[in-house]
This record gives sequence, structure tokens and C-alpha cells, in this order.
Amino acid sequence: MLTQEEIYQKVREVLVDALAVDEEEVKPEATLVGDLGAESIDFLDIVFKLEKTFNIKIPRGELFPEDILTNPEYVKDGKFTEAGLAELRKRMPFAELDQFARNPLVQDFANLLTVRDMCRFVELKLQQQEGQASA
Amino acid sequence: MRWYWIDRFIEFHSGRMARAIKNVSLAEEYLHDHFPGYPVMPNSLVIEGVAQTGGLLVGEYNQFRLKVVLAKVPHAKFYCEAVPGDVLTYTATIEHIHPHGAVVKATSHKGETLQAEMELVFAHLGEEFNDRELFDPGTLTHMMRILRAYEVGKAADGSPLKEPPEESA
Repeated sequence: MLTQEEIYQKVREVLVDALAVDEEEVKPEATLVGDLGAESIDFLDIVFKLEKTFNIKIPRGELFPEDILTNPEYVKDGKFTEAGLAELRKRMPFAELDQFARNPLVQDFANLLTVRDMCRFVELKLQQQEGQASA
Repeated sequence: MRWYWIDRFIEFHSGRMARAIKNVSLAEEYLHDHFPGYPVMPNSLVIEGVAQTGGLLVGEYNQFRLKVVLAKVPHAKFYCEAVPGDVLTYTATIEHIHPHGAVVKATSHKGETLQAEMELVFAHLGEEFNDRELFDPGTLTHMMRILRAYEVGKAADGSPLKEPPEESA
């Protein structure tokens, strides 16, 4: 199993490569969309590169559970409901949601993920994979 | 008329690698104005030819059942110009394939000289595009035939590449 530092370095390389940003810009707290300028198509590239780098499988909707956005139980008047936030916490255990939950506007959802979240996402995937392999 | 930016395949290994050639000719109209008195093939058209090489490779992997589009060119570097009389050899290799698309690494060579290298990301369009046609049915198989992919192509098991039973639009 890779250490957190090793995961961070590799995630950084992926983001530098996919987003054509400088290594110094890729800080743990940087948001992918707002700070690093990721566009929707870049997430496809990032997912492909993470899969290859870490030898993991990332099904659609795992990094960004977009289906939640179209569910009226989870989103009302452009805001996530309590049930929606609970679902986000369940589906995105890797993401830091506390600050977002204070004013959970759908328009801010796309800019939620940080470099740190991406590292945690990879870490959880690797743990899952290891769990499956030893089960 | 179709938008052909390669002339023929010289190798086609299903799901892995394809190699195609492009003859740059002064008979092609775009060279008359790009640039007047100094004909150079635009780099964007080299990318298009490489994308056709790689895109057909990615499409064939799923027997043209999925709609493949060029989504992103993360990197492209050009080392020298392509001019009339050059024969460019495009080599596209699948780096990673995923249910939602693929990453292709590719080069363009003039003889032994590296002319360009690039990375391309292709996306498979999702179900929301099921009701839209990108091409008329059979177009891509027809393109593969014209480009002689079935003459030189090999399936994953090394047997001769066969045309798919049917192609979605």
C-alpha cells in the first residue's frame, strides 16, 4: 500500500499532466475547478490517468455522483436538501463537505473537490481494492 | 464527401496500435493559402489525421457500437513542418481504455524523423446521445474499408481483422 505522501505526489503528477498547471499550484487545499481551472472534460482525462497510475477502476458517478443533482428529493430550489447532503456524505466519503454544507448551492457543487479530496478518494479506492483482494 | 485526413492504414492491431500514412500533396487546396508562396500543412490537420487513426482504433475495439469523439488533446508537440511531398506516418497506441473513453499516445514521423507527438483523449458518448446520429450507419466500416484496415488489420488474437456484423450510427 502506498503512503499518503506517495499518493499525493502521484496525484499531483496526474493533475500537472492533465491540467497543464505548475506543480507549485497543486496544493492540497486547491480546488480542481476554481484554482486549477479544470473543465468537465478534464475530469474524464483525470479519471483515466488515475486509473492507469494507481491501477484502480473508477466507475461513472463515483467521483461525481451527478445523478443526485437531478433527484428532486435531494435538490430543491438550487440547493441540496438535508437528505441530499446526507446522500453526498454517503457517496463522497472522501470529500470535505462541512464548509459546503453551510450553504449547499448546486452551482458550487462542481467546485467542491480539492486536491486533498482526490488523494483521499484514491486512498479509499486502494483500501477497497486491498480489502477485496484479501477477502 | 467525407473528411479524410489519412490515406491508408499500413498496420492495425485491434485494441492496441494502428499506423497510417498521409501523403501531403500540393493538389490539396488548403496548401494553396496556408501560406501563399509557402505551403505548410497546418498542425491542426496533422492532429485531425492522428485523431482519425486513433479514433478508428478506439471505435473498432467496441466494433463501432459506441459513439467515439475526440474530447481533448492534453499535449501536442511539433518538431518540424510537414510540406508537399512529405509522407507522414501516424502511429497511435492505446494507453488506456475505459467504458467511457480512451487515452491514445501518438506520433507523426517523416521517414525516420519525429515530426510530432501528442496525447489524445477520446470519450464514448453516453446514453443521453442515443437518439442522435453522428454518422450514417455503416460509415465507419466503409471508412475502414477505404483505408484498407481490413487488408492489413489483425484482431486481438492475431487472426485477420474482420468487419463488424453491424455498426451503430
